[in-house]
Amino acid sequence: MSKLKIFTRGFFSENAVFVMLLGLCPTLGTTTSAVNGLGMGIATTFVLVMSNIVVSLVKSQIPDKVRIPSFIVIIASFVTIVELTMQAYVPDLFEVLGLYIPLIVVNCLILGRAEAFASKNKVSDSILDGLGMGLGFTMALMMLGAVREILGSGSIFNISIYEGDGALVFVLAPGAFIVLGYLIALTNILTKKS
Amino acid sequence: MEYILIIISAIFVNNVVLMKFLGVCPFFGVSKQVGTAVGMSGAVVFVMTVATIVTFILQKYVLDVFEIQYMQTITFILVIASLVQLVEIILKKVSPSLFQALGIFLPLITTNCAVLGVALLAVKPVYDYDLLQATVYAVASAIGFGLAMVIFAGLREHMELQDIPKGMKGVPIAFVVAGLLALAFMGFSGIA
Repeated sequence: MSKLKIFTRGFFSENAVFVMLLGLCPTLGTTTSAVNGLGMGIATTFVLVMSNIVVSLVKSQIPDKVRIPSFIVIIASFVTIVELTMQAYVPDLFEVLGLYIPLIVVNCLILGRAEAFASKNKVSDSILDGLGMGLGFTMALMMLGAVREILGSGSIFNISIYEGDGALVFVLAPGAFIVLGYLIALTNILTKKS
Repeated sequence: MEYILIIISAIFVNNVVLMKFLGVCPFFGVSKQVGTAVGMSGAVVFVMTVATIVTFILQKYVLDVFEIQYMQTITFILVIASLVQLVEIILKKVSPSLFQALGIFLPLITTNCAVLGVALLAVKPVYDYDLLQATVYAVASAIGFGLAMVIFAGLREHMELQDIPKGMKGVPIAFVVAGLLALAFMGFSGIA
């Protein structure tokens, strides 16, 4: 597989959210606005790339039987780093994302990539894979956040685009499910045509 | 009274799946039939309760005492992962019939973020729960998860027979239905 393909498949053909349906909890929980979605996406991408690098480096040292617990410890360490860093430098975003930051540990996307890709491939490919998957995830979160923000509060990236309050339901829980449902339907239609 | 409030709040008002988005993956993954949904819910009630009790004790008597709260994430996920393994081994010995029923769902629970999420919420300083309250909260949250899951599985069984537009078939329509279910659960927020 070419380097370019490893990098780009995370955006479209194997997009974590729209195609693979991985990491749905943070996808639905943190996308009340485009900025929140972007923040969560970047945090996840960082953990994904770093854990991919470490898993790829130590893959020959870890006995097969304990590999899943080992991967979880590696991922949890990076999540703790992200948690402490965000608390120090972006406390506002940290407050908004709240519970979902420690929950990056159980994001099936990260463990999935460690198991399916990083534990079998060399470091440089694993970095590309992590970056591609992570940025594809970020893109999906930002899109979902943007749609919810436009419909729900009439603004995008906190810039107001129309008068009035919008339909609050799109910022609340039900809107997250409904918007994601339609975005997946859109992806299905677009990918089937090409 | 206090306990009743915790129970109603955790099951209906702040339902883990529909309001807090925890455990969404199994919610969509194993909700195609009511039978499997019930099995998964049973396993979640079991693991979530035990996990919350153990992590709560660890938080209060180890992490807080030694002031190493930053180790919370790593400790909790390790406890949950090993607990799931332990539960699997014990069940196999003690109650083979229960193991048969829950068996395939147990490994899936490690990555069910509802378990870690509820364990983390139960030790939040804002709630200030004691051990008994935390346990009640965990059981109620798990029942809330099960309730949402079984209702949703019932809806999905009916959806199989409906004529759905081509692009919306399968996952997309499931999301829209989950959204409507969440909308219905929002009606409970008046209680609190």
